[in-house]
Amino acid sequence: MVKKATSDIRFAPTGMESPEKGGVQKGVDLPVATRKKHKSLGLTAQQLKDMYHQMYLQRRFEERAMQQYQKGKFGGFLHLYIGQEAISTGTVFAFNNDDDIITAYRDHGWGLCRGISANEGMAELFGKATGCSGGKGGSMHFANVKKHFWGGYGIVGGHIPIASGLAFANKYNANGRISACFFGDGAVDQGALHETMNLAQLWKLPTVFVVENNGYSMGTAAKRHTVAEIVDRAKGYGMKSAVINGMDVFSVYEKMKEIADDVREHSEPWFVEIRTYRYRGHSMSDPQKYRTKEELEEYQNIDPIERLKTYLDAEKVCKEAEISSIEEGIEDEVLAAVTFADESPFPDQSELYTDMFVEDNPYFHV
Amino acid sequence: MAVLQFREALKHAIDEEMARDERVFVMGEEVAEYNGAYKVTEGLLDKYGYRRVIDTPISELGFAGLGVGAAMNGLRPIVEFMTFNFAVLAADQIINHATKVKYMTGGQADCPIVFRGPNASAGQLGATHSVAYDSMYAQFPGLKVIYVSEPNDAKGLMKSAIRDENPVLFMESEQMYGLKGEVSDEVDFIIPIGKGKIKREGSDVTLVAHGKMYHLAVQAANELAKDGIECEIIDPRTVKPLDLELILQSVKKTNRCIVIDEAHPFAGFAAEIGFLIQREAFDYLDAPVLRVCLPDVNAPFSKPLFDAWLPSPKQIINAVKQVSY
Repeated sequence: MVKKATSDIRFAPTGMESPEKGGVQKGVDLPVATRKKHKSLGLTAQQLKDMYHQMYLQRRFEERAMQQYQKGKFGGFLHLYIGQEAISTGTVFAFNNDDDIITAYRDHGWGLCRGISANEGMAELFGKATGCSGGKGGSMHFANVKKHFWGGYGIVGGHIPIASGLAFANKYNANGRISACFFGDGAVDQGALHETMNLAQLWKLPTVFVVENNGYSMGTAAKRHTVAEIVDRAKGYGMKSAVINGMDVFSVYEKMKEIADDVREHSEPWFVEIRTYRYRGHSMSDPQKYRTKEELEEYQNIDPIERLKTYLDAEKVCKEAEISSIEEGIEDEVLAAVTFADESPFPDQSELYTDMFVEDNPYFHV
Repeated sequence: MAVLQFREALKHAIDEEMARDERVFVMGEEVAEYNGAYKVTEGLLDKYGYRRVIDTPISELGFAGLGVGAAMNGLRPIVEFMTFNFAVLAADQIINHATKVKYMTGGQADCPIVFRGPNASAGQLGATHSVAYDSMYAQFPGLKVIYVSEPNDAKGLMKSAIRDENPVLFMESEQMYGLKGEVSDEVDFIIPIGKGKIKREGSDVTLVAHGKMYHLAVQAANELAKDGIECEIIDPRTVKPLDLELILQSVKKTNRCIVIDEAHPFAGFAAEIGFLIQREAFDYLDAPVLRVCLPDVNAPFSKPLFDAWLPSPKQIINAVKQVSY
């Protein structure tokens, strides 16, 4: 090792655009979007409208949630999915309804997509008894297990082996279901991912590992927190892999459908990097000094919801009035959800002691 | 009654439950082709095949978490750790996921899983292979923690653990696997979780001891009997839920109590029992509750140091004499 002055030693990646400072690094480079039209993707006009409905619902739900948070209606963390809606929507439309989905704490969109109503979602944020998790989970722990959405999880990477456990049980029971695990680019640095990828490939588990690479692990750009290309992690495990443009719902739908079919047919895992962008901070307390306004605008200019709206119009899938009516309906639904959450009761004090154990009169140490 | 080794009693329990319920499977390092690092799972691969008896890589975090997911999705995994000292790598899955998923989803998902394996020290294995974890895990809500001392308890409680609808930690000891004892051959022999047992009756002092420490308590009691001191030994068998009533009944009779615990002293099982006795039986005590446990020091390798580190019958005898004035 060549001897260096200690002032020259740095524990940060080198050879980047601004090596002097951690500073701003571009989040992600998007792969090209699919050029296919909806008909060749096998999507009907109604499905397209449903997709638009779902994406717009996720967006407006979170915008209203943010307002309520800022008004002090609820506390805790609030990690917004805004900008990433094409991923949840494209995936849920591509998968069977009984395929198992699990995600991290940026989970509102996934919950809404898998049947949690705006009412149940907003009430959960407010910590109310009528929330999807009875007010015990909050923003990070939306779940709708009956609809095979196993929830949002709060420990980065902690839910990754669980997703493979869901797949293990599906394979054990030969029930034809697959599982998919969604996590951020920050989680690719966790040992849990690597242990689980090895296990999944070794045992040929019907599961999909999906990195929603939004460019930032909290405030650290992907290029500053992880080496090489994320998708290339798959090579070390001999795992099939893909990179998808996550700002385009058609691209997500097309590739995730192909992957789901492949996983179901061959019972082999995939590692998928979906590149995307979150418009808001990591959580509500994030001053976002690690990125530029220009970068944010660049992605907002290719907003996945606007993109689908433009397509619906350009391809004459539906009339403008129909889109307006979808939007207005959601506007009302989300506002009503705020009222519902506000007016719902908090859980009864006795609920503190429920849901700890399965049995009716469990032991609690006092 | 049949005389079985500890490991055989465990295997019989697992085998019977696997035969009874197809959702039960075994997973862990060396459990299948190697027949188990300590032969607890010997023969199970031949009987149940590769679908239900599964060798894992050395990935405690990965396979423990996989077990949690499989349990949530309808199976009943028995996850073997080669020792609970290695399970520290999987602690996120045990503490943060297995015990919390039901609560944080408002009851939507259950996690019926057994994590099992040897606990604590097993001779001169050095600092990282010698820790008793039952007290630490008992600290966390949502877990049942069992640390048994004899083959009969091992069988009856293992069957209960596998049938339990919640996450259960089942602890054993490398040094007890060869221990023989009479095991009930009753069909479907079950010992409920949370029930302790009076294993020796006596009127002078209560010894509370579980797991490997139980056997030290027996040695000490036999020695003390020669001097006319009769110890009552309570084996709680289950650390949590704790059979406090059984301990209190005994203390109210003997008015003296020594807790023998394989954990380090701070905030461990012994500390908790001592607290509970002062709260519930203060007026019955004729002497302070004492404990014999590990010092607040890591396990040394060197034999004389190790012997000084591990609780001994002599320490128990000294403690009994200290309270028997």
